[in-house]
Amino acid sequence: MRGAGHWTFHYGMLALFTAFALFPLFWAFKVSVTPNDLLYSEGVRLWPSRVSFAHYGTVLRHSDFPLFFRNSVVVSTGTAVLSTLFAAAGGYAVSRFSFRGKLPIIGLLLVTQMFPLVMIVAPIFRLLAPLGLTNSLTGLIIVYTAFNVPFAVFLMGSFFDGIPKELEEAAMMDGASRFQALLQIILPLTLPGIAATLGFVFTAAWSELLFALMLNSSTAASTFPVGLLAFVSKFSVDFGQMMAAGIMALIPVCIFFFLIQRHLVQGLTAGAVKG
Amino acid sequence: MAAIGISGIEKNYGPIPVLRGIDLDIADGEFVVLVGPSGCGKSTLLRLIAGLEAIDRGELRIAGRRVNELAPKDRDLAMVFQSYALYPHMTVADNMSYALRLRRTPKDKVAAALAAASAKLGLERLTERKPRALSGGQRQRVAMGRAIVRHPQAFLFDEPLSNLDARLREQMRFEIRKLHRDLGATSVYVTHDQIEAMTMADRIVAMNEGVIQQVGTPAELYDTPANLFVAGFIGSPAMNVLQGEVVAGEGGTTVRIGGAVLASVSPGTRPGPVTLGVRPERIALTAPGDGATATVELVEPTGLATIVHLDLGGQPVKTFTTERLSLKAGEPVGLRLEAGGLSLFAPETGERLVAAKA
Repeated sequence: MRGAGHWTFHYGMLALFTAFALFPLFWAFKVSVTPNDLLYSEGVRLWPSRVSFAHYGTVLRHSDFPLFFRNSVVVSTGTAVLSTLFAAAGGYAVSRFSFRGKLPIIGLLLVTQMFPLVMIVAPIFRLLAPLGLTNSLTGLIIVYTAFNVPFAVFLMGSFFDGIPKELEEAAMMDGASRFQALLQIILPLTLPGIAATLGFVFTAAWSELLFALMLNSSTAASTFPVGLLAFVSKFSVDFGQMMAAGIMALIPVCIFFFLIQRHLVQGLTAGAVKG
Repeated sequence: MAAIGISGIEKNYGPIPVLRGIDLDIADGEFVVLVGPSGCGKSTLLRLIAGLEAIDRGELRIAGRRVNELAPKDRDLAMVFQSYALYPHMTVADNMSYALRLRRTPKDKVAAALAAASAKLGLERLTERKPRALSGGQRQRVAMGRAIVRHPQAFLFDEPLSNLDARLREQMRFEIRKLHRDLGATSVYVTHDQIEAMTMADRIVAMNEGVIQQVGTPAELYDTPANLFVAGFIGSPAMNVLQGEVVAGEGGTTVRIGGAVLASVSPGTRPGPVTLGVRPERIALTAPGDGATATVELVEPTGLATIVHLDLGGQPVKTFTTERLSLKAGEPVGLRLEAGGLSLFAPETGERLVAAKA
């Protein structure tokens, strides 16, 4: 038995960390429900004396935010699905096969993760412009997928590594082709990995600003991080509306993780081998 | 059911040879055990038969047909893995019927085959469970069930009992033998446990360093090991290996250790240094002065038997007897070899000398 002081200390530290991590979120929410006339007049307060959801109404009805939001959903979902498909195929190959040039290819995948993105914005723009892929959601999906696949391949590869080879060998002895074994035996067991990869790529694409800003100049193809910048004008920043938009932008990510969290829980392979 | 023919099979992992020219014919319905220390190539040979590894050179035939290039799924073999490799997301019933469902077997036939197999293995009440809700022994049975539910050309076993405790292993050994008797299926069974090999095999294939050392019935390997490797690997307690000398004298050709005559051998035996192999239970202890004289080092009672460690002219010798002995360390005893209990090996090669006869 450990003393009560020990646990108090542990929980105290955890509480402190949680408060520290969640405070900005709380502050954004607080600002989003503070009426404009109170924002600067009440000083620094944890909660405004009067609460109003007017900012949310304005953002939804009188801004392009719904459009940005829809664009972000399309781009993030498209990127997540495409990246995960490529990563699953690549990760399986890396995990299960030995082939010529395997090590250099893995090295190359790693190298792509080493450059600051700012460095390659211009060349990417130069590549996409003649193809008509700037100012287009498709262009963004392609770029995001290209940048997310390498890491996702490592992620999926490690999940495949965690599944015993004997399982697909057993399936092949049972009369399955390698592809059938992959679909019917391995893939169901990789669901946690697929969920994690989807979640990782989705959030990365959802919050990406640099490329979304540089490759698009039209409102029609802007995603919500770019849209948030629209609340910053030459003479003022509309903090209330900006925070309201930000809070709303969190909703799909939360829903997404709520849907996949069941699969994120590991342990599906328990009982496959040994006793 | 089918015979399996293996001729001149070689396999390398990179520059390292794992199998160096394996020739073996397994008869239809035979239970063959591949046995050897880890790294001897027995599992690799099994995986080559299964089709899970490619054959570098040589030919593999199942039921007379060359199958070198055939994918595992087309070889119609069933395999029981050491880790069982049960599909964790499927119930016991789904695990066992997966092969049949892949072949689009009609539902009623699947159900019948499933019922028959689970009855045979005592799994009837577990069919709706997932593997993680089973004990080690039950998982082992499901792995067996997955193999017998369809009627494959042959069964391959890759150390299937290694993960079970001793008691369960003994029981499963018996059950696998019984299954084999009932189904009459050609079986290739890999193990590093020589007791499993002795108790289960119709024929044992002893392997070391990618080469077959000896093929024969358990009794043949036990009584007439082809070389010192087999002599040392098969049998527990292990065969005594002693350095001696063959001397042709007036009283006939004899084997001696340090001047003491141990046994007479057939006159054709080449005189000179020789390596002797003697099973511990083939040595009888006598009164001092009767036969060769040795000193007692240690007495180990096991309940069933007594193992006596002796010193014979500086060489350690073990004897095994079911008699209750009252010997003490340091005591001198006489020892005699029972007729037919002596194997002679060439000291340079370790190969059996054919002429040996006690």
